[in-house]
Amino acid sequence: MALRDWPIQQKLTAMLVSISGLVLLLTAAAFAGYQYWSLRQGTLDALSVRGRIIAANSTASLAFANEADARELLSALRVDPHIVAAVLYDKGGRQFAAYPANVAADAVPAVPGPDGYRFERGLLIGFQPVVVAGSPRLGTLYLASDLRAIYDTFRLSGVIGLAVLGVALLAAYLLSRALQRTISQPILALAETAKAVSTRQDYSVRAPQVGADELGVLTNAFNQMLARIQDQDRAVRENAAQLEQRVADRTHELQERNESLRRNAAELLAANTELDAFAYSVSHDLRAPLRSIDGFSQILLEDYSEKLDDAGRESLQRVRAASQRMGTLIDDLLKLARVTRAEIRTEDVDLSGMAREIVADLQRTTPERQVEFEIAPGLKARGDTRLLRVALDNLLRNSWKYTAKQPAPRVEFRSADANGGRTFMVRDNGAGFDMKYADKLFGVFQRLHSAADFEGTGIGLATVRRIINRHGGRIWAEGAVDQGATFYFTL
Amino acid sequence: MNPGKILLVEDNPDDVALTLRALKSHNITNDVVVAQDGAQALDILFGVNGKGPAATELPAVVLLDLKLPKVNGMEVLQRIRADEGTRLLPVVILTSSDEERDVIEGYSLGANSYVRKPVDFVEFTQAAKQLGLYWLLMNRAPPVPRRP
Repeated sequence: MALRDWPIQQKLTAMLVSISGLVLLLTAAAFAGYQYWSLRQGTLDALSVRGRIIAANSTASLAFANEADARELLSALRVDPHIVAAVLYDKGGRQFAAYPANVAADAVPAVPGPDGYRFERGLLIGFQPVVVAGSPRLGTLYLASDLRAIYDTFRLSGVIGLAVLGVALLAAYLLSRALQRTISQPILALAETAKAVSTRQDYSVRAPQVGADELGVLTNAFNQMLARIQDQDRAVRENAAQLEQRVADRTHELQERNESLRRNAAELLAANTELDAFAYSVSHDLRAPLRSIDGFSQILLEDYSEKLDDAGRESLQRVRAASQRMGTLIDDLLKLARVTRAEIRTEDVDLSGMAREIVADLQRTTPERQVEFEIAPGLKARGDTRLLRVALDNLLRNSWKYTAKQPAPRVEFRSADANGGRTFMVRDNGAGFDMKYADKLFGVFQRLHSAADFEGTGIGLATVRRIINRHGGRIWAEGAVDQGATFYFTL
Repeated sequence: MNPGKILLVEDNPDDVALTLRALKSHNITNDVVVAQDGAQALDILFGVNGKGPAATELPAVVLLDLKLPKVNGMEVLQRIRADEGTRLLPVVILTSSDEERDVIEGYSLGANSYVRKPVDFVEFTQAAKQLGLYWLLMNRAPPVPRRP
């Protein structure tokens, strides 16, 4: 694992232990160096002291060439196991006496070296001049000491030092483990809290604040941040819940409205179906008795004419007229019902052309009437051709009908807008009507003229209005008695 | 049934009487056979147990009302057109209604003509006369089908 991925506790511990270990090692190294140097120096000093003492004691032996004395003197060196060899040279440089007695000739220098003490070939050696004040040099003392004393002491120091180092490191480790907690604990707690927040989205948790140091400040800031997030989260949740509730409410409302619409549609469909059945039944069944009434009245008139007086014949004519009028009424009502039921198919409609066809039909069926029709060219609209034809037919036929008593009847069909917009008008100079009753014009069975003056069922304009309304348009009328009428409509 | 006759399928006795009078008053002498409902019309055309009459016994024209008890006019028309022996038989729908769907259905099923009975008896007589003249005198009847 890379160092940066170590847990922070291990990092801190490792840091503290390695620092204290390094310090201890440096200290130990410095101490060891110093001890080594002082040990060597001490040993060297001790050997030189011993050399000087022996040299001083051996002056007599050398001066009197007493070899036995000299050997005796050197053998005293036994007490020091570190002295490996000692040689006494006379003033000519020849070996006078040696220690130990049987020392190999090549183990010691054949002639004395330069005076002084030095480390050489793993040994501490020294050449000490043997002199008496005021006399020439008597000879030279050679001493060789091994370095075991130094090494033993140094080794002991090393062992002690290593033991101390070990103990110190252990102590440092234990201490660092205890101390790093004060730093790592708040960080770990923070990390734990952050993890809880991110994994569980639980913003209610808080990191425990341990002290007032920077970590404490950090923890505190973190907790404050959490608190704010918690507030915002709560607000968001509340909003979401409200929104959800609102959506649910709306959905419910819509469902209810849908349901009610569906019910209405179903009711409408049922009503339409009923109306359909009703109209169908009317169309078939209501006319049959009228035919009988009219037919048998006619048969009476034809077959029993001589048995009836004028009043009787008159009555039968009235019966016939009434039944025929009722036939027309039924037909008109059926037309109105059809207009209501019919499906609208929108297409471009040439109103001018349509009006010209209607007028041509009127003039063909009643050539005796001379009505001046003025139809503006190029009038167009979008709508259902068949229904618009019924509407326009009704309006033009109306004008045609109500101008019957006018000496110079005139009917015009054009756009009511100066700029040729979507408002159309049919104007005549016929019987007109009183504006007081303008709102009654378009009601079913509403008539402003008696049947004696002008025939009619009072259904035509109701049909026209229904057609215009079904196209999303509007129809209204202006007029005055005997001054003609104008019907306006939009599509 | 002798050829050159009219089969009037009509349930309303008043209409039967008026139609007969209208036809007779214009000297249309051909016999008129009346069926009072659809089932009876089918019996007359195809026999009581479905065995058709001789092809020579078919009428010159069928005047068919639509709203009939038991079997309605459209069904009668369907049966006539479905049968090999009566496939080409001229059928005129003569009814009170001129509902568009009736007109469309009638022609779709193969009616030769669709006439609405006017309320005005004078007009009615006129219509009956023209129908009689046209289908009995002017119209060339289809060839008699060979029955297997």
